[in-house]
This record gives sequence, structure tokens and C-alpha cells, in this order.
Amino acid sequence: MNTKILLYILKRIGLAILTVWVVITATFFVMHAVPGGPFMSEKAISATAQEALEAKYGLDKPLMEQYVTYLKDVVTRFDFGPSLKQRGRMVIDIIGDGMKTSAKLGVIAAVIAAAFGIILGAWAALRRNKLIDKIIMVLTTAFVSMPSFIMGSLLLVLFAVVWTILPANGAESGGLILPIVTLSLYPMAYITRLTRSSMLDVLGQDYIRTAKAKGVSGSKIIFGHALKNSLIPVITYFGPMLAYIVTGSLVVEQIFAVPGIGRAFVSSITNRDYPMVMGTTIVLAVLIVVMNLVSDILYKVVDPRINLE
Amino acid sequence: MDKKFTMHIDVDPFLPASEEDKAYMVQMRPSSTFFRDGVKRLLKNRVATVSFIIIIIITLSSLVIPLFWPYSYETMLGVQRLKPVDASYNNLAPFEYGETEKARIEAGESIFPHVFGTDSHGRDYFIRVVYGTRISLAVGLFASIIVLIIGMTIGSIAGYCGGKVDLIIMRFVDIIYSLPDMLMVILLASVLKQTLGPVLAGTALEKIGSNVISLFIVFAVLYWVGMSRLIRGQILSLREQEYVLASKAAGAKGGWIIRKHLLPNCISVVIISTALQIPSAIFTESYLSFLGLGVNAPMPSLGSLASDALNGLSSYPYRLIIPAVVISLIVLSLNLFGDGLRDAFDPKLRT
Repeated sequence: MNTKILLYILKRIGLAILTVWVVITATFFVMHAVPGGPFMSEKAISATAQEALEAKYGLDKPLMEQYVTYLKDVVTRFDFGPSLKQRGRMVIDIIGDGMKTSAKLGVIAAVIAAAFGIILGAWAALRRNKLIDKIIMVLTTAFVSMPSFIMGSLLLVLFAVVWTILPANGAESGGLILPIVTLSLYPMAYITRLTRSSMLDVLGQDYIRTAKAKGVSGSKIIFGHALKNSLIPVITYFGPMLAYIVTGSLVVEQIFAVPGIGRAFVSSITNRDYPMVMGTTIVLAVLIVVMNLVSDILYKVVDPRINLE
Repeated sequence: MDKKFTMHIDVDPFLPASEEDKAYMVQMRPSSTFFRDGVKRLLKNRVATVSFIIIIIITLSSLVIPLFWPYSYETMLGVQRLKPVDASYNNLAPFEYGETEKARIEAGESIFPHVFGTDSHGRDYFIRVVYGTRISLAVGLFASIIVLIIGMTIGSIAGYCGGKVDLIIMRFVDIIYSLPDMLMVILLASVLKQTLGPVLAGTALEKIGSNVISLFIVFAVLYWVGMSRLIRGQILSLREQEYVLASKAAGAKGGWIIRKHLLPNCISVVIISTALQIPSAIFTESYLSFLGLGVNAPMPSLGSLASDALNGLSSYPYRLIIPAVVISLIVLSLNLFGDGLRDAFDPKLRT
């Protein structure tokens, strides 16, 4: 690996760390700008009780001091403090619990999206302008234009209400099928279009013609030369795909009542559980930033022709 | 006819042209402007034309229908002054009538039908969908204009000034760009929703609602970066052109050059990316409305209508499907139209 790539990687990591710091800082100050404080929704409590509560959660200290403590706790111990609404539980534990379900959901959806997207995209490119290509393009255009909550609700109506073949509740057995399908359709459609256009680009290259002229077999050209090279741009989509799946899961988990991190996040927003909102935002943001970092670096390493500027 | 070699000048080419010759030289079709060429290419694109017609129909009907529709989006039909609530108006199926309306029909009166029925509060659902469409479209349009103005200003400053100014602005853009946008949107929207309410109370903006305003603020804070990057790139390449140098030599100032020479030349890029920004703004608005962070009740938006419909899903699935279809139709046709615009006016942008 040459120094130019190394320098690029270092620069990218620096930007990622800066981004995470901005996220933590922004989250902290934005949440503390809310008027009324976190105990407003509670029943009227006496001034002394209020003071005692604020002292317990460290809210009586100056803002900058709170910020420094928070930053230190988050960076060194992943400690986001206790949840305000779920008494006696730490935010990080709630996030960990929700993550188990959400990670399963997200990873399976991502794998399905990537696998089917690449296959369909390559298929459409090889049958360019034939019927199957047109069908695939129309369907993917429709999927890309549909917000995830609409996709989820429509699937729910069709499969759980009209035909009742799949459970509507994500906590039941087999209940994760519909949420996974909902989450995977958009990235799958996107990857299909990406693969198709980059595959068409590669198929027009000189080295494909050379391979054909040398008498290389069709399948070897497709899998050995065309597909391998056309997957490079797909790598860049892995970061945005994860971001989509994370934000999509917020509503999808709501629709299908999946006990995951997305539902916990949304309910913590509605009942103003500040440490929980901050903690979840930071964890999910770090996840997205890291994934973007990895897919960016991978892209540059895989294809050395790409300009590093 | 074979020509003899001679030193004599052939006078023929130097004679004045006859009327016939002149007529031959006249161009057969009128000269076309850049804009007209683009429109012609756009009209040839059938998908883009159909999408444009759909957008126009949806927009016009969302503006015109409320003018003559006899019901309003917030009137609960079962609630009348000094009378107990008439529950027969809640959850009407399409083309059904409430108890008192039925009585009036028997008496010979003609009552305007509830085309999509009513919702759980007894409000005419059709007009709510129409209003929701209007609000979603308006939010998308205004959010895009805000993004356009901020992005254009900052992008052109960065591109024109270059050097340190450019470096600082672009570092800033890089950071905002790498923030996970949706998470930040949710965070900002949920906080602004509570902060703005008391601030706005009593002002003219109150009617629009704190949530919509916070939505605009969110767009203004987060989404200008893409636009400013685009404009900066355009300006960087345009400012090396000779006519800019000529303008400078003639003594023009920076602001004049940006306004008079640079911005008009990247106008097609600007229009295209604004057109593609609108559907993404509508997308974001409906997403936030679905999470309960969108427009304030009782104002409907397509996202909040879909989200409300989830509660009675098994009995009234059409209440979800109608707004869902409208959103998808708007987003799809705006996207296709934007793509058509791009192909017609700036084929270089195609990826």
C-alpha cells in the first residue's frame, strides 16, 4: 500500500472522528436547549423533590461541566447515564437489548438486498432492453419512490390483514419476515439499478471485447471480468444503505411492533427520555459514520485508479 | 465542362448575389434558443411529459377542489353546537351518510357525498387527503427553495473566492455532509417542536404551526450542503472562462461577476437539482409526520394521514392506501420529471 492511500485513510479517519464529536456535542446542546427540563411531563412535584432529582442526575451543575463529564463518560466507558423513564436501567443496556433484534433485522435485510440486487442488476444488464429488463426497471423505479413506512403499511395490509398468511406482530415467530422484506426492498432496488448501469458500462469496455476475441467462454467473461469489475461502485452504496436501514427501521419497527432499538428511540422521543434519545442518536450515528468510512476506504483500496483527491 | 487553365480571374464568384441565390441562403427554420431546444427535447420524452401532466393535475386539484368542496378538513360533522356528539358520522364508509343527513335525504334534500367516507373524528376524508396533498407539496416546494437560496449563496462564495474561504467552507460542508442526516433531522425536529411553540405564539407564523417551521429550519440547517457543493464545482470551472476575465478587465466587481456571469451559466444545474430536491423534501416531511414530528393537528399531511390510518388498519385499509398512493405518485412523477429535465437540459449530469 502506498503512502498516498495511507494518507487518505488517515484523513478520512480524522474526518470521521470529527463527525462523531460534532454529533455528540450537537446532541448534548440541542437536548439541553429544550425548555422545561426532563421532569416536566411528570406530575407536579415539589421544588425540593425537583432539586433532589436534578442533583441525582447531575443537572444542577453548570452546562459546560455537564458536557465535559458526559463526553468523558461516553468516550471512555460508553456510559450514557441512566434512563429517566425506565427506572433503574442504564441507557446502554436498553440499547444493547434493542440492538439484538434490530441487528438481526438489519443484517438479514442488507444481505438480502445485496444478493438479490446484484443478481437482478446483472440479469437486467445482460438482457438489456428485453422484456425482463423492462420489468425489473419499472419495479425498481416504483420501489425507489415509495417511502419505507408506506411500503411497510401496504405489506402489512396485504399479507397480515387481507390474506393473513404472515403475523403482523414482529414479536411473534415469523414476525420478522415482513419487516425484513420492507427494509430490504428499497436498497435492493437501488443496488439493482446501480449494478445494471455499471455492468452495462463494463460490458462496453475494450477488455471484454478482447476476452471475447480470445474465445473466453461466456460465463467466464460474465463472472470473471464483467461482474467483478461492475461491483466496485456498489461498494460505495454500503454506507448509505446502512443509514437507510437504520432510519427505515425506526418506522418499520413501529409499524410491525418489533421490540428493537428503533421503537425504543421513537418512544423515548415522545416521552422525552433525554439520556435515551442522546445515547441512541450517538450509537446509531457512530454506526453510520463507521460504515461510511469502511465503504469509502474499501472503494479506494479495491480500485487504485480512483482519484484520491 | 472541362476548365482550361488560365491566369484570368473568374469573375463569377465576385458578382453580387441574385435574389435566387439569396433565397437559397436563407435558413429554413428559425433559430432556436437553448431554452426552446431543451423544452423540445423534454416534450419528446414521453415519461417526463406524462409525469409533468400528473404533477400539474395533482397540484391544481389540491388548490382548486377546496374552493368548492362543501366540507372543510377540520369540521367534525357529528359535532354540532348545543347538541350531543352524533357518533354516526364517525368512520363512515365511502358514499355513506350520517343519521341526520339520511333524514334530510328522505326529506328530498340532496347531500354532497363523502367520497372517501369520514375518519374516526367524523371529518370528510376526501378533503383531508386533498389538503394533505396541498401541504405536502407546499412543504416540499418551500423547503427546496430555502435549500436553493442558502446553497447557492454559500456555494458561489466558496467557488468564487477560492483559497482559504473555500477551504474553510468546504471543511464545514464535509462535516455536515457526513452527519447522519435523518437522525439529526429527528433530533432537531423533536427539540424545535417544543422550543418553537411558545416563541411563535401570537405571531403570524403560529398558523403555519411550529412543526412545519421547525421542518424548514431543519432543511435550512442540514440540506444546503449538497446544493452548495454542486454550485461550487460549477463556478470553479466557469470562473476560468475568458468572458469572466474580460469582465474583470473591464473593472467588474466580484458580486457583479457572480450574479451576471457565473450564476446564469449554472442555472440549468440549479433548476434540475431543485426539481429533484422537492420529492426528497416531501419524503422527509411524510417520514417525520409519520413519526408524529410533522405538521400540527388538525392540519393533515399525507404522512400524518397514513400514520393515523395505522390504528384502524384492519377495518379501513383504504384510508392508508389512498394517501400512500398519492405520496408515491407525487414522488415518482417528480423524480421522473426531474430526470427528464436533466436529460433535456444538461445531459452531462447523467450518471
